[in-house]
Amino acid sequence: MPRILNHAPWLVLAVLGAFALGTVALARGETINALWLVVAAVCTYLVSYRYYSLFIATRVMRLDPARPTPAMRHNDGLDYVPTNQYVLFGHHFAAIAGAGPLVGPVLAAQMGYLPGMLWILAGVVVAGAVQDFMILFVSMRRDGRSLGELIKAELGDIPGVIALFGTFMIMVIILAVLALVVVKALTNSPWGFFTVAATVPIALFMGIYMRFLRPGRIGEISIIGFFLLIAAILLGGQVAQSETWAPVFTLTGIQITWILIGYGFVASVLPVWLLLAPRDYLSTFLKVGTIVMLALCILLVAPPMKMPSVTRFVDGTGPVWSGSLFPFLFITIACGAVSGFHALISSGTTPKMVENELHTRFIGYGGMLTESFVAIMALVAASCIEPGIYFAMNSPPALLGTTAESAAQVINNWGFVITPEMITQTAQDVGEVSILSRAGGAPTLAVGMAQIFSDLFGGKGMMAFWYHFAILFEALFILTAVDAGTRAGRFMLQDLLGVFFKPLQRTASWAGNLIATGLCVAAWGYILYQGVVDPLGGINTFWPLFGISNQMLAGIALILATVVLFRMKRERYAWVTMVPAAWLLICTLTAGVQKVFHSNPAIGFLAHAERFSTAANEGRLLAPATSMEQMRQVIFNDYLDAALASLFVLVVLAVLVFGILSCLKALRSDRPTTREIPTGGATARAGD
Amino acid sequence: MSGLKSNLSRFRGYFEQTAKLMIGVPDYDTYLEHMRTRHPDQSAMTYTEFLDNRLQARYGAGKAGCC
Repeated sequence: MPRILNHAPWLVLAVLGAFALGTVALARGETINALWLVVAAVCTYLVSYRYYSLFIATRVMRLDPARPTPAMRHNDGLDYVPTNQYVLFGHHFAAIAGAGPLVGPVLAAQMGYLPGMLWILAGVVVAGAVQDFMILFVSMRRDGRSLGELIKAELGDIPGVIALFGTFMIMVIILAVLALVVVKALTNSPWGFFTVAATVPIALFMGIYMRFLRPGRIGEISIIGFFLLIAAILLGGQVAQSETWAPVFTLTGIQITWILIGYGFVASVLPVWLLLAPRDYLSTFLKVGTIVMLALCILLVAPPMKMPSVTRFVDGTGPVWSGSLFPFLFITIACGAVSGFHALISSGTTPKMVENELHTRFIGYGGMLTESFVAIMALVAASCIEPGIYFAMNSPPALLGTTAESAAQVINNWGFVITPEMITQTAQDVGEVSILSRAGGAPTLAVGMAQIFSDLFGGKGMMAFWYHFAILFEALFILTAVDAGTRAGRFMLQDLLGVFFKPLQRTASWAGNLIATGLCVAAWGYILYQGVVDPLGGINTFWPLFGISNQMLAGIALILATVVLFRMKRERYAWVTMVPAAWLLICTLTAGVQKVFHSNPAIGFLAHAERFSTAANEGRLLAPATSMEQMRQVIFNDYLDAALASLFVLVVLAVLVFGILSCLKALRSDRPTTREIPTGGATARAGD
Repeated sequence: MSGLKSNLSRFRGYFEQTAKLMIGVPDYDTYLEHMRTRHPDQSAMTYTEFLDNRLQARYGAGKAGCC
């Protein structure tokens, strides 16, 4: 009897969650409060954490609290340090949280909030959190080795190299798409551009302060830096008003692109203490602080959801991104439901610092549930603004035209009530000249956040401040990711190129450094440039490509986890990773193939290329191209994108084949063949 | 009262540790303790050397960004 009583509170939670979910799902026509989503999400997280993650920990992994972790065995006070689980949770969460869970749900809101919400919740419980937890476990049992090394050890050398190459390509796409989000937010926005540009001298000042003036005072300088940022936002407002300065900071998308490319190059060859590290401090603290603030504000404001729960665009004709609900919703929302990039973090520093095997459940599974909650908040922020404003901000100019009048007319025809005055008023409220066609999630989220924050602090007069605060918050950590990513890509490339020409491998050599950095910047810069000049807005084309690659990496990570379970002779539990892996492969392969071969030019790259080729042969120009040369450029890019998408499909298929072969081999063996560090490894490297 | 105070300072300690680890800097005292007990023969890095060492580790080869 007491055993059953233990479960009673959880049953109450489950019933409450189901009721909230039912309320959200069955609301037709009437507006519901965002708190229903929050309650449904939190109950889902708690119940799945209590039962499903416990099942995985005790039955599938059989975590052993007595088994020494890498931190115990190699304790060096630096990389391997046994760390309190709450402290490590904070570290892990700060590492996995990024632009992904904020942007994806905002874009997915074009179908209404219900499909996105259901995928975020189901995805995180069954796929995302399982992946993070499993990879953390697998890496922890192998001295904290990286995903690439793990694939090499468990699947073989060839799949290891294939996966590494895939990871590099994914990183290039990710950097380009993230940079594109920043460009979209800062184009023709003197306030935004000034504020973000000001972060560079602020970071330089912090770096010099920490190096020469008061070494090691991280907390002190971070607080100073934070106040300088706020000052930069306030000053930006003045700049935007000034007749002399506003034009200086009003730049076109193409100008900003070149500035970003130059900046990315310089920033990633400078010493890290000067620019990268101080900006990383600011962006990390600002990111975590803002996320916590957003959560509190949503609870206090309890905004109504103005977006319909399901819109007519579930049929695949949406203006923000093209493609039907299946498979494209499942790749549009990547982080927040399941994200392959977390596999890199879970096999990075976190496994080296775990104090006790049992903690991985809270850090791995719990950390991803928290990230998922960030995605739910982004969905709420995007759905609590007027749907008409949402579509005005996220639809490409090819559909809306460039004036508030034309945009309002188009959006009214879609069935969302909006007047040109509402559009210009919103732009005025947030201190911008225009809010039209700012796809990419960040500005929409900023309007939503500004609305929620200003409801609590400062009223309408503060909306412009909060809008630019939100833009700064996103731009700051995206730019940090861009230059940390360029640096990481440079090392990867030097490694790769070093195979053919040895001297390039020396990461300290200036020539090798400059060449590899240049190549890396050129790769993402090229894609970024294509995205910026794309008349469909770039995000429309490239976000699906990012989603496909990111979800494919998750598929690869789950295949690895499945192979490990087979090799541990725990194949009876392998469904835990096989089911999400299968779902991800179905979604990403379908989406990948559709992106290449779909007959609708809005979806399929080849169909799009053919439409432009036919027109070019007849001597006609198609928008957005304004010359024959641009027509040829569009066609070339279509083929390039098709090649990229096909490459991802091939990479994932190859890993799948190797995965199946490894599983079959493990099945034939009568004992475990996995390559864990044995329990008795406690003294293997003691004393070093 | 003193119990509350020590709880508060412990909480502050964890808060500081978490914030620092978020930016890739582990606890310096733990490192010193480790050097004292495990490697009494070697001299430990000063705090600034320690920070520099962690900086290189965080942004060195093979580190990927977040999504």
